[in-house]
Amino acid sequence: MSYQPSPLRLQREEARRLASRRSTWLALLSTVVVGVILILVVTGSPGFARVRETFFSAHYAWKALPQVLSGLWLNLRVMLIAEIFVLIFGLLIALARTTKSPVLLPVRLLAAAYTDIFRGLPLLLVLLLVGLGIPGLQISWLPNSAVLLGTVSLVLTYSAYVAEVIRAGIEAVNPAQRMAARALGFTQTQTQRFVILPQALRKVTPPLLNDLVSLQKDSGLISVLGAIDAIRAAGIQTAQSFNFTPYLVAGALFVALTIPLTRFTDWLTRRQDRARQQQGQW
Amino acid sequence: MAGKILEIKNLRKSFGQDLVLADLSLTLPEHSVKVLIGASGSGKSTLLRCVNLLEAIDDGEIFLDGEDISAYGIDPDVVRSSIGSVFQSFNLFPHLSVLENITLAPRHVHGKSKMAATNEAMELLARFGLAEKADQYPDLLSGGQQQRVAILRAVINRPKVLLLDEVTSALDPILIAEVLSLISELKTAGMTMMIATHEMGFARQVADELLFLHNGRICEVGDPAILLESPKTPELQDFLAALRGAGRL
Ligand SMILES: Nc1ncnc2c1ncn2[C@@H]1O[C@H](COP(=O)(O)OP(=O)(O)OP(=O)(O)O)[C@@H](O)[C@H]1O
Ligand SMILES: [Mg+2]
Repeated sequence: MSYQPSPLRLQREEARRLASRRSTWLALLSTVVVGVILILVVTGSPGFARVRETFFSAHYAWKALPQVLSGLWLNLRVMLIAEIFVLIFGLLIALARTTKSPVLLPVRLLAAAYTDIFRGLPLLLVLLLVGLGIPGLQISWLPNSAVLLGTVSLVLTYSAYVAEVIRAGIEAVNPAQRMAARALGFTQTQTQRFVILPQALRKVTPPLLNDLVSLQKDSGLISVLGAIDAIRAAGIQTAQSFNFTPYLVAGALFVALTIPLTRFTDWLTRRQDRARQQQGQW
Repeated sequence: MAGKILEIKNLRKSFGQDLVLADLSLTLPEHSVKVLIGASGSGKSTLLRCVNLLEAIDDGEIFLDGEDISAYGIDPDVVRSSIGSVFQSFNLFPHLSVLENITLAPRHVHGKSKMAATNEAMELLARFGLAEKADQYPDLLSGGQQQRVAILRAVINRPKVLLLDEVTSALDPILIAEVLSLISELKTAGMTMMIATHEMGFARQVADELLFLHNGRICEVGDPAILLESPKTPELQDFLAALRGAGRL
């Protein structure tokens, strides 16, 4: 026998359809209203003509683009290299902080001191101390390239953040998992590698990616050491023309670089939430 | 006469002032199944945890297949790799599929190749009606299925002895039945087991010998039917009366 939807169900579905159509219209309307108000306020402001000329000039944007892009290429390389080292060091520091072995107490203390200091120090300060301090020592075999020292500063600072995120993940794994692994005969190290870390990293992937997004954007700060990155390149252009559009170009490019990673993070978070919902763990 | 797989001599264990196991001795011959019963807090779990070296003992000795595993300098990882333990909370690894859960220890603790471990695991899963679950993740299985997988995860390593601690306590009656029938099959296959349980029906069915624990001592020992029908000590009489009162006997 074929199923006949009851009138009640049809009625309910009709009501739901109406409600959803109504909310679509409302969303559209409110977006348009807010947009119009914003445009009116900004374009109606007394200084608008000047601002448009100094920040949104198509002419200067086009002129600055090649230099800014080649600066961005430097940012891109710094980001990628820093990210790789940050993930490696962050993981090592997190592991050092979560070991229980008494022999490793000094390592544990050092790791704790390191994360405390570098999470507290403003990145700008680290950049200045490392980038100006190390060349100042005039030790011949130490590098004094602004790019290299800037990257080192990024790695120093972000390894501390990432280590804390990973450590939180390790501590969030149910202790019974460790016990079950040990009961099967796994050593401490094997337990960490096959059972604890995979679960920990899965738990903290979204906050971890967030830190990487933040690192990408902060790679622009190495310009304070004189490295010709996108921001520095924009600054040079601006100094020549007294037009700030190149900065806006650099900003737009940075945003464009981070958007894929932020979207990916959102997508991952949503997927994990859905998985958790299915397991009823709310 | 089969050899002794497990021999415990004068085992003493306390938590602070709290004496949990008081000079307890027992032997477990090969292929035998002994079941521990007793009130909550009588020391059943502690005893099992001492045997697989998850608890440090105060005094006494534990021999596994003739070797003193309570001796100083014994590597607990090696000992545990030859003991199977399954707990009330199944503790399957949630990031691994059923098959990966079962093959992880054979591959990395017992040095089997991936293929050998997989073949063996699939055979075991098929034998116990879980073959079609091999690629699923534990979260999607019923409690009974999860617990059976947890038992197979221990069994695949061919442990000298299998320790089961209240493996059915977290399950519904229907799911309990499928776990218990798995354990009965293991007994038929000759597995040496020590089991702590509150399921008297199961204890009677599977035990070669029943051990009644009371305040960290073995208070009464014997054939399950005899022990449950005509308890001699007042402690066991009280315990059974309480169970009967709760409708659990
Ligand atoms: N880690 C611990 N620290 C302190 N006391 C403990 C610890 N583990 C167990 N105990 C104590 O040891 C005693 C025996 O506990 P155990 O878990 O062995 O009992 P059990 O017979 O398994 O009980 P149940 O039937 O409830 O599982 C209890 O009094 C308990 O409070
Ligand atoms: Mg217990």
